[in-house]
Amino acid sequence: MELNLQELNATEFPVPVELEDNIAITSLSQLYNWGRRNSMWPMLFGLACCAIEMIATASSRFDFSRFGFEVMRATPRQADLMIVSGTVTKKMVVPIVRLYNQMPEPKYVLAMGACASGGGPFKEGYNVVSGMDKYLPVDVYVPGCPPTPQALLYGMIALQRKIDGQSIANGDDVPWYGVGSAEPTPVPVLGPDIIDPRQMDMIRRQAESAARDMEALGLRELPAITQIVAAKAETAEAVAEALPADTDALNVVLPTGGTPWQEAEDIREKRRLRALARKALRATRRAAQAEGE
Amino acid sequence: MYGTGLAKGLLLTLRHFVESYIDDLRYGFRKYHHSTDNFGIRQGTKTKGVITVQYPDEKVAVPERFRFVPFLIVEDEDHPTRAGKDWCTSCGICAKVCPPQCIWIVRGNDPVTGRPVPEPEAFFIDIDICMNCGYCAEYCPFDAIKMDHDYEMASYDRTSHHIHDKERLSKPNSYWRGIAPTRAYEEMLVRGTWEHKDAAKEARRGAASSARGRSSQPAAPAATVTSSAAEAAPEASAAAAPAPAAEGATPWSEDDAKREERRRKALERKARRAAKQG
Amino acid sequence: MENLAAAPEQPIETASIDDAIAYLKSNHPGAIKLDDRAGYEGIIVDPDHLVDVARVIRGELGFDYLSSATAVDYLGEGDHMEMVYHAYRTGGGGALVFKAQTDRENPAIPSLTSVWRGADFQEREAWDLYGIRFPGHPNLKRILMWEGFHGHPMRKDWREAYYEEELKPFDSRWPGGHVHRSEEKNVFGKNVNYPTDIDLNRLMDSSESAVYESLGLGVDVERIMDKDGFETNELVVNMGPHHPSTHGVFRMVLTVDGETVTSLEPVMGYLHRNHEKIGERNTYLHNIPFTDRLDYISSMGNNHGYVLAVEQLMSLGRKYNPPTYRCEALRVMMVELSRIVNHLWAIGFWLNDIGAFFTPVLYFIQERERILDFFEAVAGSRMMCNYMRFGGLFGDLPERIKSVSNLTNDRVRDYNTMQFLTEMINERIPRTIDELELLLTQNEIVLERSVDVGVLSAEDAINYSAAGPLLRGSGVAYDIRRADPYSIYPELDFDIAVEEEGDMYARYRVRVTELRESVRILRQILPRLEATKGESIWADGKPGAYQPRVPHGEAYGRVENGKGELGYYVVSAGGRGGSSNPWRYHVRAPSFINLTPLGRMSQGYKVADIVGILGSIDIVLGETDR
Repeated sequence: MELNLQELNATEFPVPVELEDNIAITSLSQLYNWGRRNSMWPMLFGLACCAIEMIATASSRFDFSRFGFEVMRATPRQADLMIVSGTVTKKMVVPIVRLYNQMPEPKYVLAMGACASGGGPFKEGYNVVSGMDKYLPVDVYVPGCPPTPQALLYGMIALQRKIDGQSIANGDDVPWYGVGSAEPTPVPVLGPDIIDPRQMDMIRRQAESAARDMEALGLRELPAITQIVAAKAETAEAVAEALPADTDALNVVLPTGGTPWQEAEDIREKRRLRALARKALRATRRAAQAEGE
Repeated sequence: MYGTGLAKGLLLTLRHFVESYIDDLRYGFRKYHHSTDNFGIRQGTKTKGVITVQYPDEKVAVPERFRFVPFLIVEDEDHPTRAGKDWCTSCGICAKVCPPQCIWIVRGNDPVTGRPVPEPEAFFIDIDICMNCGYCAEYCPFDAIKMDHDYEMASYDRTSHHIHDKERLSKPNSYWRGIAPTRAYEEMLVRGTWEHKDAAKEARRGAASSARGRSSQPAAPAATVTSSAAEAAPEASAAAAPAPAAEGATPWSEDDAKREERRRKALERKARRAAKQG
Repeated sequence: MENLAAAPEQPIETASIDDAIAYLKSNHPGAIKLDDRAGYEGIIVDPDHLVDVARVIRGELGFDYLSSATAVDYLGEGDHMEMVYHAYRTGGGGALVFKAQTDRENPAIPSLTSVWRGADFQEREAWDLYGIRFPGHPNLKRILMWEGFHGHPMRKDWREAYYEEELKPFDSRWPGGHVHRSEEKNVFGKNVNYPTDIDLNRLMDSSESAVYESLGLGVDVERIMDKDGFETNELVVNMGPHHPSTHGVFRMVLTVDGETVTSLEPVMGYLHRNHEKIGERNTYLHNIPFTDRLDYISSMGNNHGYVLAVEQLMSLGRKYNPPTYRCEALRVMMVELSRIVNHLWAIGFWLNDIGAFFTPVLYFIQERERILDFFEAVAGSRMMCNYMRFGGLFGDLPERIKSVSNLTNDRVRDYNTMQFLTEMINERIPRTIDELELLLTQNEIVLERSVDVGVLSAEDAINYSAAGPLLRGSGVAYDIRRADPYSIYPELDFDIAVEEEGDMYARYRVRVTELRESVRILRQILPRLEATKGESIWADGKPGAYQPRVPHGEAYGRVENGKGELGYYVVSAGGRGGSSNPWRYHVRAPSFINLTPLGRMSQGYKVADIVGILGSIDIVLGETDR
């Protein structure tokens, strides 16, 4: 990664054109982010099919080292980025959350592929978690099944842009500088099904209500599979009747387009404007002071 | 002698190292200046050495058959009669053939008769479930759903960004012809027209009615067919006698007139019932 | 045994399957009846005599190779559980299929591990997913799910937490398809039975012995943990599921004495994504892209096995045309190309495991990228090709491998397809194989690390149902392309790669020879493609239906995939007209069954060799855990 001073140079203080290649006036946040985003070391672990594409991205044809994702570290202690590359199963989510807890701050999670984002084609399976974000805060989602190496690179660039938008001054962006020790993410438990410790009260209540009223929750009726097979065969030919509209369907709000880092850029723009406003305010104050004198 | 095997291997590694620079010399170090002229050779079968694609500055264009998430075709904005109209008839075959069942379609109904009409009221694809298998595009009898080539889709929030609705899914016909000219041309030959099947019928009907002097609708689509066919595939334009469109693939592809007739009858029945009750 | 071998003119070890069944019937009258269900084959054995019959099948009839053992739940179709066994002769020929039935309430079938060790993991899987107990099994514990999971999920009356509908296509998708995310509608999984006294503290017992005990390992953790002082050097080492050398999320628990491994227990299921349960909900066509995600290195081979199995079933019906010659030639070409991809990947990562970190792999991936470019241009995706269909293919070869610029900075490539293929097959791939040999075959470090390490004898390899390069590296010349030929392999000229030693190096040699043989096959395919130019790729001249009806019956389609024998056991139930969804869809995964001898192979070697031994088996977790 070559040092590009112009890239850093983005405060309200102008640098003379002839000096642009030699000096940079920057904010601490920007310097800090610049350092962080260009030394993102991913953790060396693959889950499923997407891991193969991740390896292809790491290999010479696409080579994510060009962006500072330099080396993959096998230990979480040396990793900044967890690429969740593949289907997260209930059995595997326990080690993954543990690994996440072992990573030092600042740490980021990139959900690679449909499975890690939301369960993917295997979502209906009994051992599959419907998205890594059920357990960990995910920073970037890369759709695709599997995403091509170029799609993954795009997601990694999106992550860098996201980091660019963060500020040291904003406590939400850098919680690891906050007061007190950070709470580790609760590790899920494997019981009759996967159990998120945060949901334990809810599950206990459900179990109790199931015990009181077997009809409502506890028993599963046997499906008449042969009948369903026959019924399905008919519906394939016959025109199906319209079903009543689903009342609790999601109201999906969709983006109007643009790149994912639009948001980050907006924030940056706002910050710049605020800085300019402060500067203007200072200038007017100084002017008022001078007038007063 | 012990160590010769090792030495040979190391020499091979050295050769690979040198070869990647020979390639640079051959192209005068242009590979770092994003030149287009030798990209095909460097990424083809003839190259030697390790050649990196400088991703955001140069991208490997995807082949025509490449499939990422699906999109829906709508008629171009400058189409004379059907601008912005869906090709989809909401027949539901894509939803049935989708292996992970990520397609949701609300079939449109005529507000008066309650009968289904050939366009979707709502169309959703959950790209967190989609496995990019391409079945929807393969089995669509109307060429209305296609696999997109745009893989740059990373986002920071999946709850809102990853369920694509009809607005997000819809892309014009010209986009499809742009990303897959050969496929689009082959489909045109089967369909008989560059537009949706119904457009040709409408055009025919328009021509017929104008002949009778009731309408002055020009038969513009028919003209665009021949001109654009010749322009898109000049080498095959001699053989480009469009085959007649296949008829009656599903209930909705029948003639509009029939449907109009049924609707009129239903309205009459309704009126009669109202009169009886009154 | 001795007196019987003398009597018939043709020895019973090579007798036809019908003769073998007749022999069994005369030997065990009453215990055996023919399976006369429509479209079914083989015999049904009385469970009480199963072990005896199996001994005869193996010892006297010569069916020494147990390819697949799987359970089927016939709820509503006779209301019984059934174990289906496919046994083959390593000399070649068809399968002797035998089955044992038991009731659904309290299912139990005697274990066949004493006859074929290869039944070990497969019986554990049947216990895990179907709840069939196997008296006589040495270590009958769950293998894919965790201990404590509620129920046995593959049973037909078992439902997932986010259960939507019984069979696909779901009615909720069309015509009233209002989008929803199923996990948000059913947050706490109403199908899960939680005990009323559920206690988080009890579930979260994370003490060492609890962690290992719950796995049901053969390792005696108590003995090793509860010792005082340092009388012995034995200790338990856990590797995985997050470990760079396990090729994914695989876990091994080793007991080591110093550096020497005394026992090894594989632990899997970390990528168990319910392939079979989902497969039984899918229609036949839906399953093809799911097979891509089994062995995701060689998806073309997975497609091939599955379409062969379903085509076998379809051929039971009246209207069936076999695939055209061009279709078969294209299939074989794609499968051989993916075999090359698979072996390059396997050798590369095996080298990673034994210390040649990443340089060779990078060279092989470079080559693989060219093949993937070809797959992408023909089938539409680099890895998940989804290329084969019942009676045909997704599409013929395109005239040109051509890309169209549609993003900023896109760089266009445009090659003639046949020229690209010819150059790749005649120049690039052979050159890479030569380089590979130059780099490794005589390399002293490779030799030191791999010769006489991880030895598996021929008898063990057969007994443990090893397949693919693992089996052939132990001196058993068993390749399904020759032993039980399919597609156009009989007319192609190639040799089976065999090495006698049975160590890691022998497996590497087998893979290199197979790479060369694949190139040989591909060179024969090229003129066939030229000759059949213009021929339809569809058996019926037009693309198949999107919801084909498959006649009642069972089929076992198997192919020689890069990793070994990949088999699909498909049952079609649902009345006379057949069904559009498979009743049973089982994958006989080579990566899964090849792990059965891992413990045996690892004993006595050093910890550092274990990763190499695992690498030389060449597993892919998508297929191991399914």
